[in-house]
Amino acid sequence: MPNTIHIPTPLRPFTEKKESVEVTGATVGELLADLTKQYEGLRKHLYADDGRLRNFVNVYLNDEDIRYLQKEKTPVKPGDSLSIVPSVAGGAPTAAPPRTDLSAEEIKRYSRHLIMPEVGVDGQKKLKAGSVLCIGAGGLGSPAAMYLAAAGVGRIGIVDFDVVDFSNLQRQLLHGTSSVGRSKLESAKDRLHDLNPHIEIDTYETTVSSDNALDLFKPYDVILDGTDNFPTRYLVNDACVLAGKPNAYGSIFRFEGQASVFATKEGPCYRCLYPEPPPPGLVPSCAEGGVLGVLPGIIGVIQATEAIKLILGIGDPLIGRFLIYDALKMRFRELKLRKDADCPVCGTHPTVTKLIDYEQFCGIRPEPAAAQATGAAVNEWETTSVDLKKRIDAGDDVFILDVREPNEYQICRIPGSVLIPLGELPRRYAELPKDKDIVAHCKMGGRSAKAQEFLQSVGFKRVKNLKGGILDWIDKVDPSQPKY
Amino acid sequence: MGLRLTADVDSAIRAHGVETYPNECCGALIGRDGVATETLALPNMTEEGPRRRFKVRPQDYRAAEGRAAQVGAELLGFYHSHPDHPAKPSQTDLDYAWPFFSYVIVSVREGVSGDMTSWRLRGDRSAFDPESLDS
Repeated sequence: MPNTIHIPTPLRPFTEKKESVEVTGATVGELLADLTKQYEGLRKHLYADDGRLRNFVNVYLNDEDIRYLQKEKTPVKPGDSLSIVPSVAGGAPTAAPPRTDLSAEEIKRYSRHLIMPEVGVDGQKKLKAGSVLCIGAGGLGSPAAMYLAAAGVGRIGIVDFDVVDFSNLQRQLLHGTSSVGRSKLESAKDRLHDLNPHIEIDTYETTVSSDNALDLFKPYDVILDGTDNFPTRYLVNDACVLAGKPNAYGSIFRFEGQASVFATKEGPCYRCLYPEPPPPGLVPSCAEGGVLGVLPGIIGVIQATEAIKLILGIGDPLIGRFLIYDALKMRFRELKLRKDADCPVCGTHPTVTKLIDYEQFCGIRPEPAAAQATGAAVNEWETTSVDLKKRIDAGDDVFILDVREPNEYQICRIPGSVLIPLGELPRRYAELPKDKDIVAHCKMGGRSAKAQEFLQSVGFKRVKNLKGGILDWIDKVDPSQPKY
Repeated sequence: MGLRLTADVDSAIRAHGVETYPNECCGALIGRDGVATETLALPNMTEEGPRRRFKVRPQDYRAAEGRAAQVGAELLGFYHSHPDHPAKPSQTDLDYAWPFFSYVIVSVREGVSGDMTSWRLRGDRSAFDPESLDS
């Protein structure tokens, strides 16, 4: 006794308008084979070139989807009926124009991806159609952008406004010695295009700001946060939440790194973890505290891995998980994060619905514009390198207090200065003269500002902070000394 | 070949696209002899994010065929919206296309419906061809 197959409307022109066709066979596969034998025109609509049923062709045995039975090997009994039910699907273009074909050269280049079923040709095309915006082309942005480019992510944007400095080369592998003094964007673009000429690199010579963040993020699938300061970190987080873009997050300091994926629809954001920024100056930057050069290599590559997984839609992304890496102990730890229903940005009743002033949010007051332009001291408890030099040359008896660490003192120093690291100041301040003008300095002016405040609080009235630290001194007064 | 929409059908498609904006809407077109006289709005069941994708479940497809049979008409095709994108079929539309159906696409920009076009799959599945759309 033959079985019947119900034919859906769009395939009836191939079956002489019949709504059902009689077929014979012992399995679902055999019935379908008999059908396409009778009506050859159906074949290309039911089967892909590789001979598999197309994924938008649903086949029901009686009322059950054969995907949940034994697929095409499902046995059939006399009287069973089969239905072909179309999945109707589609959607707007993800990128215009779609660039979904891989050239012969690209197939060769990506062959180690293509032979893995989790990536394959379809996955590689997703990468090609995918896009990532790297905030910063520094320690984290370097390895991340390089691996994203090599992996074939079709569009990589980079936001940076810096020039390459010798002190970058210890960890920022995008840039080489010959690029010192060049813009980081140009250097990055050359390096990435050399790695992979098949991709597009967009460069944005600007800082990310509340005015431009949403526009900058718009064309990209994933945002990769490689910033080194709190205002930008909060800005990137909030903009990701508002724009609905996942944030492949990483940060580094000294020997420790952190990574997570924030701002996905279902997962937490950076503010769920840290609702408020730390007080300004409490957490030192890498420029102040240092960073092991290989550390951003690990963390940046974790960020790139997560970005690639998000584009491919495979694996378990670092959503709701906070990864902490300790390079000295060589240990990874993982903290569970929950989306905070009271989060001011991604919670159920958000209070932050547009981007705010993040410098102010993080307690950083911008310098008056006039002082920025002239480099002059902005207040009575500050002095400048040039003024300090004048006083030394004039024979004034100024006590120069260096509050850096001994290893920094080894690199460069202001002649005649006395070293008392900031941490030792509370028990050693008695060594300082109360009857002299004191100028405190560090590398860039952050730690010495704290020293100045502390000394004032214990009764020193004549302490000034050297604006811009020893780096400014070397720039303006003594270029013979090395900068770090 | 071409497709004609009654005024009600035209406005129903636009209203549905505006209602679901910024997500995509989808629905069935029912009628006969190249004239769509009725729409059946369907839920968008995509798992890939409704801003750029739509998917009609098999049971909804069956409901659409059932409705067409009930009113003595045919299932002529499906419509969907492209939020903030032109009314042109995407690669995904082509990958999932069925022969002989009319695929109507309405562009909805910033919540306002704009161009509406209709497309048919070429016999060798290589591309969509535009068909005339009157309303």
